Amino acid sequence: MDVTTILLLLLVGSIATYFSGDKLASKVALLFSLITFGVSIYLLSILQNGGNINFINSWIAIPKVYLAFQGDGLAMAMVLLTTALTPLIIFSSFGNKFSNSKSFHALVLFMSFAMVGTFLAADGLLYYIFWELALIPIYFIALLWGNGNADERQKAVVKFFIYTLAGSLFMLIAFAYLYQKAGSFLIYDLYNLKLNSTEQFWIFLAFFAAYAIKIPLIPFHTWQAKVYQKAPTAGTMLLSGIMLKMGLYSVIRWQLPIAPMAAKQYMFVFIGLGVAGVIYGSIVALRQKDLKKLLAYSSLAHVGLIAAGCYTLTLDGLSGAVSQMIAHGFVIVGLFFAAEIIFRRFETRKIAELGGIRSQAPQFSSMFMILVLASVALPGTFNFVGEFTVLYSLAQTNIWFAILGGTTIILGAYYMLKMFQNVMLGETNSKVFADITINEGIVLVIIIGFLLFFGLYPKPIVDFITPSLKDILLVINRG
Amino acid sequence: MEKNLVLLLLLTPFVGFLFNVFFGKKAGKTISGAIGTLTVVVSFIASVYFFMQINQSKQPIEVSLFDWIQVSNFKLDFGFLLDQLSILWLLFVTGIGSLIHLYSISYMHDDENMHKFFAYLNLFIFFMITLVIGSNLLIMFIGWEGVGLCSYLLIGFWHKNQSYNDAAKKAFIMNRIGDLGFLIGIFIIGGLFSTLNFVELKELILGGTQNGNIFWLGAATLCLFIGASGKSAQIPLYTWLPDAMAGPTPVSALIHAATMVTAGIFMITRMNFLFDLTPQILNIIAIIGAVTALVAASIGLVQNDIKKVLAYSTVSQLGLMFLAIGLGAYNIAVFHVITHAFFKACLFLGSGSVIHAMHGEQDMRKMGSLKKFMPITFATMLIATLAISGIPPFSGFFSKDEILMTAFHNNIPLWIIASLASIMTAFYMFRLMYLTFFKNFRGTQEQEHHLHESPSLITFPLIVLGILSLVGGLISLPGNSWLNHYLEPVFTKASHEQHAFGATEYALMAVAVAGGLIGIILAYAKYIKQGLVPSEDSEITGFSKVLYNKFYIDEFYTFIIVKPINSLSNFFRTTLEPAASNLVFGFGKATNGLATQGKKVHNGSIGLYLFAFVIGVCAILIYLFLAQ
Repeated sequence: MDVTTILLLLLVGSIATYFSGDKLASKVALLFSLITFGVSIYLLSILQNGGNINFINSWIAIPKVYLAFQGDGLAMAMVLLTTALTPLIIFSSFGNKFSNSKSFHALVLFMSFAMVGTFLAADGLLYYIFWELALIPIYFIALLWGNGNADERQKAVVKFFIYTLAGSLFMLIAFAYLYQKAGSFLIYDLYNLKLNSTEQFWIFLAFFAAYAIKIPLIPFHTWQAKVYQKAPTAGTMLLSGIMLKMGLYSVIRWQLPIAPMAAKQYMFVFIGLGVAGVIYGSIVALRQKDLKKLLAYSSLAHVGLIAAGCYTLTLDGLSGAVSQMIAHGFVIVGLFFAAEIIFRRFETRKIAELGGIRSQAPQFSSMFMILVLASVALPGTFNFVGEFTVLYSLAQTNIWFAILGGTTIILGAYYMLKMFQNVMLGETNSKVFADITINEGIVLVIIIGFLLFFGLYPKPIVDFITPSLKDILLVINRG
Repeated sequence: MEKNLVLLLLLTPFVGFLFNVFFGKKAGKTISGAIGTLTVVVSFIASVYFFMQINQSKQPIEVSLFDWIQVSNFKLDFGFLLDQLSILWLLFVTGIGSLIHLYSISYMHDDENMHKFFAYLNLFIFFMITLVIGSNLLIMFIGWEGVGLCSYLLIGFWHKNQSYNDAAKKAFIMNRIGDLGFLIGIFIIGGLFSTLNFVELKELILGGTQNGNIFWLGAATLCLFIGASGKSAQIPLYTWLPDAMAGPTPVSALIHAATMVTAGIFMITRMNFLFDLTPQILNIIAIIGAVTALVAASIGLVQNDIKKVLAYSTVSQLGLMFLAIGLGAYNIAVFHVITHAFFKACLFLGSGSVIHAMHGEQDMRKMGSLKKFMPITFATMLIATLAISGIPPFSGFFSKDEILMTAFHNNIPLWIIASLASIMTAFYMFRLMYLTFFKNFRGTQEQEHHLHESPSLITFPLIVLGILSLVGGLISLPGNSWLNHYLEPVFTKASHEQHAFGATEYALMAVAVAGGLIGIILAYAKYIKQGLVPSEDSEITGFSKVLYNKFYIDEFYTFIIVKPINSLSNFFRTTLEPAASNLVFGFGKATNGLATQGKKVHNGSIGLYLFAFVIGVCAILIYLFLAQ
């Protein structure tokens, strides 16, 4: 068995979901996503035992494009993140009613398919196709099932679509140039290219245009908050939990190893940009009035730190960044779900209209609190492992980066606790807030369980990703 | 065997936490409280066992569970170290913890969320044990942040009151400022020594590995001290502690007086071998400690809320401990930590007993004459007050006297500051006693009618702590200190050898005692002789007003930090974000504009198209021609 099984399952699942009809769609989608998750775990075990799960076959003769999929530790970590979060996201939407449910769920699986493809692709053009493919389902999900004023929503979503597409075009140009030099899009052929520093600079920048918008890094983040706010929560979860990581993953997989000289030369600029995002995102988050927007800006701050970790070009920076990607994926899905749970009951996300929920819903309150604590990287959560390692790498690069990036532990606590206080605490709300249902509880417990378990015992994940990161560092530090 | 016992010691309170979270409500208040208390008692018994063992073997116990976090140049295991220092801390954390749990069964009995209270209290003990027995800096940091979390949860325990929630949030955030310092310190140490394990660090440092690297060593100890000053409420990060009194009184006694706030002293003492290398930083610590002691004591002079007085007194006493540390006298700081834990826990629990009897009233102006209603509370608090005022033979006398003596031998100005703080301490503590227990009752008739001594679950812990406040000094008598001998393996430098006990020492002792007596007499003159009662808030004027308003430090912080950040946030949100967004839209609009222009070309005229086609072909041909 190789990694294409995952892709096939998701694709077949997507089609099956569409034809299963509105009533069954969510269950069929859940079933397929669970099977996919199981298969990913199985593939992981093969990989752990030294087996080969890669797949390569020629596809297009001219230009020479391969159907090449590579599942190393790094790629599989991201694939598992996707296939683990997808069933959670589908299951968490069980409490929502969707019109045209079959299309919605088919699109969710299709998006998962495209993202997994992006993580696995080992051929530049194939990778590019998956990268762009992922944009289409989320475009429709946000546009058709989103909330709020339709005009405003359309404006936000179309902007997001065009903006990210425009960024990606630079990457396409870069690939075209690289192909012309290497005669192939295969990732190892691209790694082996000897590019001079000018070429590397432009290639680096072209990739950066695509990734900075996708991640997003400031000041290319302007699409983010609105789209998060307007998309249906499942869409927001897909975006923030997984799709952001496409950009960060690609930095490690494509940008740094292909243009390492440029990466080294301008390292400080890009670390600085990430760290600036931490501070900027945190400060903007402080005074947000909409719960989802606040979480969007918290996300901006977190990915800034992750990006900074990537650009340190150290093993600690990369491994911390990957840990943090996984941890952030889980916690942000949990937090957006908490926002959704509140919305289901009070039909508002305006922080000013909330409050006094804790005395009515102690279970929900405790779980929400734990998610908040994970988000502020309390030791004992997996988020701490990632954040600590990233900050450690920053400190070894330049202590000021660690100090400035470290303000996240102060500012993060500030905006998250302030949010929690305004949303959950205070005099009992006059409206009735029913405590979480079993289904809601299951989702939250799984997320919390994951974050706490690996917070105390991160070794399996770290050991699993480290060899592949070492390989990439070898490429980065070649000749 | 040892491993299992360590786990028993650590995990029993955690089991108590889980029990109270999941079954506490159903189990009922009595069982919830009993389980919560018993789990801590088990930990205490285990601590006593380890204490006896280490007294015999003199060998620290190291236990490693599994690998935790790794970075490129070192691995950290999830491990524990039980040496003389950590066992000492364990003893009073779990010992006083047990007493306060017991006390809380009665104190919190009327609260509907009593099981939650015990859950948090158990969780606190669990994290405090983690902090104390961690074998490396990062395990300590788990406990460090964990106790901060419990402090947050317990300060905001009555979460319907938003001002309590504000206090909780403030405590957490201010602590996190310190925590960033702690983390940066950890990063520097990890970078320098490639380990965070205490035993290994000690070996490396004694081996002189990085002795030349004085700048980074200083940066590391300074950062660690910033961390300590957050947790232990020193200038400039002390303002959260007085606000933390919003929590239920047992919490103030346990977390914000006896145990958690001493974590900063514990951490520095743990790392004493590193701090010894950076005398400049020790100087800074001494100065900050002394100034904090004085500033907090002066604010304490005029507070009217009984718990606020005790809170400022705690800040002030912690300042004295940092002074001792700064002078390199870690053992004396530890001594004062212990005696302070006894008498301050006693005072807080006593004040809780008073507040309980007064039905929640905390303003001393509305109290008075309570000694005839509450003789046990009065007697135990009096002992503790005499102890904190440094009157012999009570425990505080010995520890405080040693601090003052060390200060005198090292730095006369600091000695003067500390002595002033001590006089003030005696004054405000007796002011508290006089206003609360003497003269006439100033509350309502309704309150007077209900005045009564607290039940035995409350008085028993008071009596035990009262006795400890009386005899606690025995562990380190001048010239014959059991404590110093016991702690010897922990320290590296012999700088804190006992001073020969001569005439100077007796004179200093006399001066210190006289200082305490002066404070007491001044308070007596004002509040008993003249029978003054502090004036209403609106009538406070002059310098008293400045003191009463705590030097306006909170307002100052709001003005220079909180407000600017919030304004900046508003500016970003309302101005910068839309502007950046419009910039992107600008590109879109420009493209649209271009398209409108371009559209004019597509006007359906075949002639124009043909013309353009021909031009294009020509251009390509010319290019190809030229390119050859």
